[in-house]
Amino acid sequence: MTRDDAFLQFLLRMGDNTLVLGHRVSEWCGHAPVLEEDIALANTALDLIGQTQMWLALAGEVQGDGKSADDLAFLRDAWDFRNALLVEVPNGDFGRTLMRQFLFDSWHKLMLERLKGSSDERVAAIAEKAVKEVTYHVERSRDTVIGLGDGTEESHARMQEALDYLWPYVGELFAGDAVDAEMVAADIAPDPASLRADYDAILAEVMAEATLSIPKSGFAHKGGRDGRMHTEHLGHLLTSMQWLQRAYPGARW
Amino acid sequence: MYAQMIKTASDGIKSRDEMSDEERTFQDKIDADIKIEPKDWMPEDYRRTLIRQIGQHAHSEVVGQLPEGNWITRAPTLERKAILLAKVQDEAGHGLYLYSAAETLGVSRDELVEMLLSGKMKYSSIFNYPTLNWADIGAVGWLVDGAAIINQVALQRTSYGPYSRAMIRICKEESFHARQGYHAIMAMAFGTPEQKKMAQDAVNRLWFPALMMFGPSDKDSVHSEQSMAWKIKIKTNDELRQQFVDQTVPQILYLGLDLPDPNIQWNEERGHYDFSDPDWSEFFNVIKGNGPCNTDRLAARGKAWDDGQWVRDGLLAHSRKKAAARMAAE
Repeated sequence: MTRDDAFLQFLLRMGDNTLVLGHRVSEWCGHAPVLEEDIALANTALDLIGQTQMWLALAGEVQGDGKSADDLAFLRDAWDFRNALLVEVPNGDFGRTLMRQFLFDSWHKLMLERLKGSSDERVAAIAEKAVKEVTYHVERSRDTVIGLGDGTEESHARMQEALDYLWPYVGELFAGDAVDAEMVAADIAPDPASLRADYDAILAEVMAEATLSIPKSGFAHKGGRDGRMHTEHLGHLLTSMQWLQRAYPGARW
Repeated sequence: MYAQMIKTASDGIKSRDEMSDEERTFQDKIDADIKIEPKDWMPEDYRRTLIRQIGQHAHSEVVGQLPEGNWITRAPTLERKAILLAKVQDEAGHGLYLYSAAETLGVSRDELVEMLLSGKMKYSSIFNYPTLNWADIGAVGWLVDGAAIINQVALQRTSYGPYSRAMIRICKEESFHARQGYHAIMAMAFGTPEQKKMAQDAVNRLWFPALMMFGPSDKDSVHSEQSMAWKIKIKTNDELRQQFVDQTVPQILYLGLDLPDPNIQWNEERGHYDFSDPDWSEFFNVIKGNGPCNTDRLAARGKAWDDGQWVRDGLLAHSRKKAAARMAAE
């Protein structure tokens, strides 16, 4: 694997995470429990799609065969996607959506903070911009997880169920491979495993306040970041997302 | 916009002699273009009419997320998706300002939502039409928000302060919506033959429903007179509709699309375009609940509300616990 190959994979991982999660969050439009949440969900999705535009545009540039961010988003098949499995699982109820958001946001913020110091200026610039938005995302998802975890008996039970369901998808965020090793060697991005201790400390604090128990199992589903095996859900998501581009090739929108 | 068929709560306009002192002072303020503020005295019928109008407007913003949300997940480019998300976010925000404006009249947001879900309050008829192809999203911005702006620009001068101020804020964002809608449909009208077909289909289907947004013809609009005297309503339905047609026909022609009504023709003498009336029996049917999407739209809002009950309860319980803990600590 050349350094550019690894860099491309890294950029797709960043961009596909925000693309797929932005898509999932946008599915809530008009269906949130309260109007303020409709606004916050649309705002989060909007930020994530904006970040996708930056990551995938850079991926296209690095790939060097003239592909735009839109080409990468709308014309790749599931096996080419490099997002973590966590972001492609269905929304479930509002509790699961916000729990997934918190589990992702907490990782995302740590990652972006480190990427601000990337040796690649373009990566550092994207991280600089994105981390401002993500700081707000994690504040909100954290408060909601705490509020609902430590709310009523029902909201507590639903949040625990959400955490139990999502927990096996967390480990993949920290599982490094040859791509990550190459990024570390080039000083472009940190070793994912190096974020884990801070992440665990944040989770321990928030889940304690939310009166939720972090599952003991260390098992992690993997296969998203390297595209080896996505969930069944991704194909359906892409079917909606890519439909117009696939049905009317070459049209400009 | 989005207020149609607002039943004015009044038995007809009173002459000055019939008015009480309070009513006269109130009407004098209105006539002098002084805004009425929440703590000012106001006739009960004025308050009730405004609650209906602002509430209907707020509900329209909220229900209006659904036809657009129908396409967010299928937006064809990242930029179009981002624009649509920004627009939907604005609309939910408009709903919020408007519910707040209504609350200044002594009705809570929960009560208003309850009235929407039980069918006691309406939302604009336009949102009971489906969005069937991607060009509909452009057309909703261009035609529906375009129609809304015409009404809302007039309402910036409405007599109730909080409503007028909400309108001023909302108008700024709506003009961005209308522009992006026109750009989206322009890309299609000037695009491939299939895209042009989508654009034409959208204009054909949404033209008359957009005209209906201004409410029934003046001759059938029985509630307007008092609302105009109170400056809750600034222009008549037919005046606003004509303004919309005059503004929109040249835009359709610029796009190279066929006009959706064979009777559209420039009338030199009137200085306006002539056009056909919408099918008013269809309009009254939609208002009664028989539009293509009424049942599904209300069901979707009802489901969102019911499914969200545990969330609202949970967050409320948490904030009470925190408040109790703070009290105990003090």
